[in-house]
Amino acid sequence: MNIAPKELFVAFFRIGVQGFGGVLPWARRVLVEERHWFGEEEFLDAWSVAQVLPGGNIINLSISFGARCAGPAGAAAAFFGLTLAPLLIICALGAIYVRFGELPQVGRVFGGVSAAGAGLMVATSLRMAASPRMRSPLAVFAVAAFALTVIVRWPLLLVLAVLVPFSFFLVWWRAR
Amino acid sequence: MSLDTAWQVAIEFAQMSLLAFGGGISVLPEMHRRVVEANAWSTSAEFSEMAGLAQAAPGPNILVVSLIGWKVAALPGALAAYLGMCAPSSLLVYVFSRFWERRRQSRWSLLLQTSLAPITIGLALASAYLITAGAGRSVGAFLVVAVTAAASLWTRIHPLWCIAIGALLGLAGWV
Repeated sequence: MNIAPKELFVAFFRIGVQGFGGVLPWARRVLVEERHWFGEEEFLDAWSVAQVLPGGNIINLSISFGARCAGPAGAAAAFFGLTLAPLLIICALGAIYVRFGELPQVGRVFGGVSAAGAGLMVATSLRMAASPRMRSPLAVFAVAAFALTVIVRWPLLLVLAVLVPFSFFLVWWRAR
Repeated sequence: MSLDTAWQVAIEFAQMSLLAFGGGISVLPEMHRRVVEANAWSTSAEFSEMAGLAQAAPGPNILVVSLIGWKVAALPGALAAYLGMCAPSSLLVYVFSRFWERRRQSRWSLLLQTSLAPITIGLALASAYLITAGAGRSVGAFLVVAVTAAASLWTRIHPLWCIAIGALLGLAGWV
């Protein structure tokens, strides 16, 4: 797919600047629902690959998708589009914070924003779980990843290191 | 002084960049060790407040590092932390994606993607759970989570409205 760096910049800018309380819902909304640059399943695959590399998932996705569409310029456009506005906002917050310390009103607004952001994340994760790929014995790995993260509290790297080999073996064995 | 400090900030974060599997959150403990214990750039309480503040701002959560950088050395510090944290992993991802692109449709890549997909879904559900547990500090907050999720699943409301309503309810002290 050929997408101009400028268009990549704009799309990822919107993901970054709107991405309150987790960027995944906004990435899916802009890339899948609005621009149709990804199908549902394709997005799941791209997100999966971004997840197993170090760095923020959405940052990795911006780089790999930008590179695929327009080479180094595309990767740079998507990356800076994604991070520039949030960086400025965070610096502004930092300046205010250093100057005034914590304001109670600000804390309350953040509480409300994070709750709404959490709701969006719940909806997006349920949409992802509606994927046809969950209608296979492999769904057991979704349950395992959830339980190991939430109940056993394993860090991501350990979850991946333990589950990916088993999952890969099962997929390979079924595909033989 | 400030530029020397900024350079030091860049080096500290660059050392964590390639360990940040799953983004900024996964290296928070290591970041705490380096920022609070090793360099005494902030107190432990300030560190938690900055992590919370960065959570509330829009955008990738890994940008929490720029807030810490700002605290240490103002704007040069923020830029140093941002580039230090993002550059090494982003270069790796760039090189990997050029390599992956040519093999994306190969048999092994397809097998790998198929085996990763359910794990990704489980991890997304887990983040949703953990974010909800973190944000749901009151009955009001849980209601906001539930109503936002339902509205997002079953209506065509733009998600920014949900965020704005959440912010107003928070300001009014109902969350």
